[in-house]
Amino acid sequence: MTAPLLSVSGTSISYGKVEAVRSVSLDVNANEIVTIVGANGAGKTTLLNAIMGILPQHGRITFDGIDLAALDIEDRVASGLSLVPEHRELFGTMSVEDNLLLGAFRIPKATAAKSFERVYALFPRLKERRTQLAGTLSGGEQQMLAMGRALMGEPRLLMLDEPSLGLAPLIVADIFKIIGELRAAGVSVLLVEQNAKAALQIADRAYVMELGAFILDGPAQAISADQRVIASYLGFQHASASGI
Amino acid sequence: MDTTILLFLIQDGITNGAIYALLGLALVLVFAVTRVILIPQGEFITYGALSYATLATGQVPGTAQLAVAMGVVAFCLDLYTARKALRARVLLRAFVVDIVFPLVVFALTVLLAGRQNNIPVNITLSLLIVAAIGLFLYRIAFQPIAHTSVLVLLIASVGCHLAMQGFGLVFFGAEGLRGPAISDAAISIGQLRVSGQSLVVYGITAALIVALWLFFDFTLYGKALRAMAVNRLGARLVGIRTSLSGQIAFLLASVIGAISGILIVPITTLYYDTGFIVGLKGFVAAIIGGLISYPLTAVAAIVVGIVEAFSSFYASNYKEVIVFTLIIPVLVLRSLAAPEVEEEKD
Repeated sequence: MTAPLLSVSGTSISYGKVEAVRSVSLDVNANEIVTIVGANGAGKTTLLNAIMGILPQHGRITFDGIDLAALDIEDRVASGLSLVPEHRELFGTMSVEDNLLLGAFRIPKATAAKSFERVYALFPRLKERRTQLAGTLSGGEQQMLAMGRALMGEPRLLMLDEPSLGLAPLIVADIFKIIGELRAAGVSVLLVEQNAKAALQIADRAYVMELGAFILDGPAQAISADQRVIASYLGFQHASASGI
Repeated sequence: MDTTILLFLIQDGITNGAIYALLGLALVLVFAVTRVILIPQGEFITYGALSYATLATGQVPGTAQLAVAMGVVAFCLDLYTARKALRARVLLRAFVVDIVFPLVVFALTVLLAGRQNNIPVNITLSLLIVAAIGLFLYRIAFQPIAHTSVLVLLIASVGCHLAMQGFGLVFFGAEGLRGPAISDAAISIGQLRVSGQSLVVYGITAALIVALWLFFDFTLYGKALRAMAVNRLGARLVGIRTSLSGQIAFLLASVIGAISGILIVPITTLYYDTGFIVGLKGFVAAIIGGLISYPLTAVAAIVVGIVEAFSSFYASNYKEVIVFTLIIPVLVLRSLAAPEVEEEKD
């Protein structure tokens, strides 16, 4: 087996004296969708932020075999790592097209033109709204723009933090369908979600996080069938539907 | 009051206002991109003006040496920052920007000073010197603390202002200097006589505003700077460096400051510390614009210029008092109108 694309080992993250993430280890392989599910406050966002370099961490994180310790956020972006943060962090007073253009800030101009085509093909809605200001888009469109902007930089690993947060169910379905398509396009995905059901359906593998540590990991299907996961995250309805 | 005086005061006010507009725009730009309230803007004005005036007397201004010295410090800082991952490209860039650039400017200054007295050459040299100083000032004083609070940045900014003012006294002495006018021509419209220098001020201000607009709206780096101003985390997540955008912002601000200085030094005698007061008037305009709005800042700057012209006519002793008092009602109104904003952290 080849080395994983992203490898996190023994990572701990603290806010002052409070340890939010305790010695977690995680791998994401090339062409794989991995999800981290868990309740609010489990430390999922904290972990993603640390991988991206927004928060300091203790432990070892490598991406494509390179230790990320010496790299800042911008270097990590350049090496092919990209984060769509929970709050999307769009450039609200700039147009959709400018937001996307800036997503390709680190890559050559010729490649950026192709990226535009790819992103507009994935999100036709963005093309319709390309002259509109990002701040005036609906929540779902903003999420699409945030993902589109991240994809413009041609990342090899896209980290998505709660992409379904605050969106209507139909839009969520759309977004998850697109996440599934990314794998086919050669982008690996690390997906953090509270909507465990949807996340487990498209993921290859999953980690379950509770109170800053992984309590379970394995193939997504096996995780969906785990009694504890069903009880805590998937709820009664899903359990009865699965015949348990 | 007769119409001639009225027109004269308005014209005088617009000339000053145009300069304050440039300074105000630079302040807004720097604050939006880096969150630094640029107190040393005044020194960029003084350095630009007095370097230009010194060159016109055929001497080499001390600012050229200062640029080289600051470049060396900046290079050391760059080396220190890059120590964990020494990459040839990064080192080469640092060497070219920090060492080669100021040395070339210094060599050109030594070579050309005194040999000729060509106004465009002197202007170019002064701008290059101040541009280098502005760039290195950000690298040395602000880049290492770029992620701290606005208050810390402000304190550093005041420190830079005081230090640079001190250097100004060393380089230029306590005597004031005047530089040669860019244009000696004058035109008369009825009773009003407009000097060529005023026309140059209007022309250059307009050209710079258009250039800035083109830069921010149509170039990738201009958009990157706007992005940094709109959302710092978002900008970093697409790979725009705070250090790069900060350096560009300071470079633009220092060049704008130096241009302003070069434009006013033929009109009034400038001393090593005059820039501060001039810069503060740009600051008043920027405050009226809320440190956010470029058009509001430009309009406010013209108002500041006109108020200054009229108050220097009616109550010249209170000229500065009246101009700076403008800021109080504006701040009161703004604080009433604006919702409370929590300081952004990153």
